[in-house]
Amino acid sequence: MRVMAQIAMVMNLDKCIGCHTCSVTCKQTWTNRAGTEYVWFNNVETRPGQGYPRGYEDQDRWKGGWRLAHGRLVPRAGGRVRRLARLFANPELPLLDDYYQPWTYDYDNLTTAPLGDDVPTAPPRSLVDGRPMAVTWGPNWDDDLGGGPGHLAGDPVLRKIGDDVRLQYEQSFMFYLPRICEHCLNPSCVAACPSGALYKRVEDGIVLVDQDRCRGWRMCVTGCPYKKVYFNHQTGKAEKCTMCYPRVEAGEPTVCSETCVGRLRYLGVMLYDADRVGEAASVPREEDLYPAQLGCFLDPGDPAVASAAEASGIPHDWVEAARRSPVYSLISRYRVALPLHPEYRTMPMVWYVPPLSPIVDALAETGHDGEEVGNLFGAIESLRIPLGYLAGLFTAGDIAPVEAALRRLAAMRAHMRRLNLGEDADPAIAARVDMEPAQIERMYRLLALAKYDERYVIPTAYAAGAGAGDAVAGCGLDAPGGPGMLETGAGVAAFHAPPGTAADDRLRGRINLLNWDGKGLPAGLFPPRAEGGR
Amino acid sequence: MKHLQIALWGVLPYLVLVLFVAGSAWRYRYDRFGLTTRSTQLHESRLLGVGGPVFHFGLLFVVAGHVVGMLVPESVTNALRLPESVYRENALVAGGAAGLAAVAGLGILLWRRLRVPAVRRTTSRGDRLLYPVLATVLLAGLWTTLAGAATGSYDYRLGVSVWFRSLFVLDPDVPAMAHAPFAFQFHTALGMLLFALWPFSRLVHAFAAPLGYLVRPYIVYRSRGASAGVGAGRGVAR
Ligand code: SF4
Ligand code: SF4
Repeated sequence: MRVMAQIAMVMNLDKCIGCHTCSVTCKQTWTNRAGTEYVWFNNVETRPGQGYPRGYEDQDRWKGGWRLAHGRLVPRAGGRVRRLARLFANPELPLLDDYYQPWTYDYDNLTTAPLGDDVPTAPPRSLVDGRPMAVTWGPNWDDDLGGGPGHLAGDPVLRKIGDDVRLQYEQSFMFYLPRICEHCLNPSCVAACPSGALYKRVEDGIVLVDQDRCRGWRMCVTGCPYKKVYFNHQTGKAEKCTMCYPRVEAGEPTVCSETCVGRLRYLGVMLYDADRVGEAASVPREEDLYPAQLGCFLDPGDPAVASAAEASGIPHDWVEAARRSPVYSLISRYRVALPLHPEYRTMPMVWYVPPLSPIVDALAETGHDGEEVGNLFGAIESLRIPLGYLAGLFTAGDIAPVEAALRRLAAMRAHMRRLNLGEDADPAIAARVDMEPAQIERMYRLLALAKYDERYVIPTAYAAGAGAGDAVAGCGLDAPGGPGMLETGAGVAAFHAPPGTAADDRLRGRINLLNWDGKGLPAGLFPPRAEGGR
Repeated sequence: MKHLQIALWGVLPYLVLVLFVAGSAWRYRYDRFGLTTRSTQLHESRLLGVGGPVFHFGLLFVVAGHVVGMLVPESVTNALRLPESVYRENALVAGGAAGLAAVAGLGILLWRRLRVPAVRRTTSRGDRLLYPVLATVLLAGLWTTLAGAATGSYDYRLGVSVWFRSLFVLDPDVPAMAHAPFAFQFHTALGMLLFALWPFSRLVHAFAAPLGYLVRPYIVYRSRGASAGVGAGRGVAR
């Protein structure tokens, strides 16, 4: 047993309102630079829908992830020799048009247009070549099913379940899917990089691009089936979601988690057996990949695991954090979280609690009590199309685990409603989903109340091979071209810093409204009066 | 005239070599972040899909041809009983084809760079200097190959190659080069310019050829401490 630790995330899709706050704060932090205009490390897509980049889930076209060749895992885009032969033009690279052509508006025209009969407009301008352009696609063009059923034809998951269901589907079911890099246990982006610039960190499993080693071969973009590595067309380097590692190292949640208005993201440590990963990723049947991945995770409560972890160099407080990990609870204890597209065989580590609300809503629309347990179970069984779709996303088409997760969520609703209405708890409800009432209440606390320090259990960073003084040198964001170089980049560090720390001096005597308590008139709230003013 | 010849074929090669080595070392030490292919495939893929491979593979063969033609003395092929005429025909066919491919590929790529606005915008000042030089070197090289074959009057393996090899024993055979036809001198001089530009232009990405990929395991693990250590804390990871 070779124990490794991974910082993993779970998102509770029931609570996502599709507000895109996570995407915007992430972009402001990481990709608000030239060359990354089109890049969203975090994006939120409406499902059913095409996603971003368009139709990225169609691996027959984009060739991301792994495939099995005679029982062995090979990158779907081809092994080492084929990759090198494609070095000078990568035939499976999504183009800017597949993401979208980034644009801005010519706001100048609003103030400089000559006087005339028409109100002046701000016409769109390409951010790539500066020329006037027609805006025909964007990062969330089909948001909220905008654009009509026509766009649904581009959803590869929906295509798999069949044409006839499309219209009916659109009327009954819609939800949001926020996506970041999955920080996979078996990352195909890393495997595809000819320069060895991408790597998985030993300590926390975060997958990063070494900017000094990347040579711009763009193979990782093809390699990632989730299309979560991007090519910066200004620097000529690949960039990807960093799991906000400078924050996570300090024990803080990622920016997308911190700012999520639905408070639906969970961060914590998962312990897994690295020796089992290869075998689990190469089980022949795709439907077996979800259980196989579950089988890689280790129970941090097991003393044998704890001692093996410490023997593998994982510090005590990481094992301790793994024990309290909300992510482990949702994935392994309650089994309500599921991986996204396990069939890509990359062993993704951002998991999702499937959405029950659309089913409750559909039930309520028919005039039934949407929270009565019998009704809910009946609805979960009868709404086969949504179930099939969710299974296409989360379990490679196997409906049983999706159904089990939804039934547990339904049981939680019914159970808690009785308590809230002052009725006696009905242990039969919990029993129908193989849980104890107390367990359901703990799950309720985690999913519904979602307290800050229960959502995020993040141990601070350590250096593998303890005592390596280097690690204190920090995250290296200050290198030329790094975000730390920008004056505003200080915001990364200052984001969660209490007032009065070093990060404050960029305020230059003004007050930071974000942590002003609203009382009194602190110095700097208003600019100093001009000498001899009114 | 004599002094010019000495300067060109006796001194300049060493200056270029120093510039090439020192420049590359400097670039590797201080600008690893700048070592990249600067690919523009994101903007345009159809023309690149043809031009990119044709140019690069053509060029690789051209380089291989130069290595053979410059470094293997005629005495060796004679000893191997390879008749001079056969050698020449091979060199003409293989070299000519590779040269033509490189020129055609470069033509496509340059056309693309000029005509696709998004690509054109990425053209740097260095590129504007480099591309004309590269194109001229290639054309001049092609000309020496084709014209040399047509007239058959000059055997570069008894002239240019001798001079080239003499550079490495620090005893430059200036007359060997000074008596070469103008086309060869032109091609060689511009070639030196290319090597001088190499470390400071996008040509430097040739050093990044990722041959290690063939032998490394697919998944790379790195420790946090190690990643902070690259280039004294300059390892920016995103
Ligand atoms: S999701 Fe992230 S770790 Fe997984 S293959 Fe894509 S970029 Fe790599
Ligand atoms: S901030 Fe939260 S609720 Fe809003 S879109 Fe992102 S994940 Fe959903």
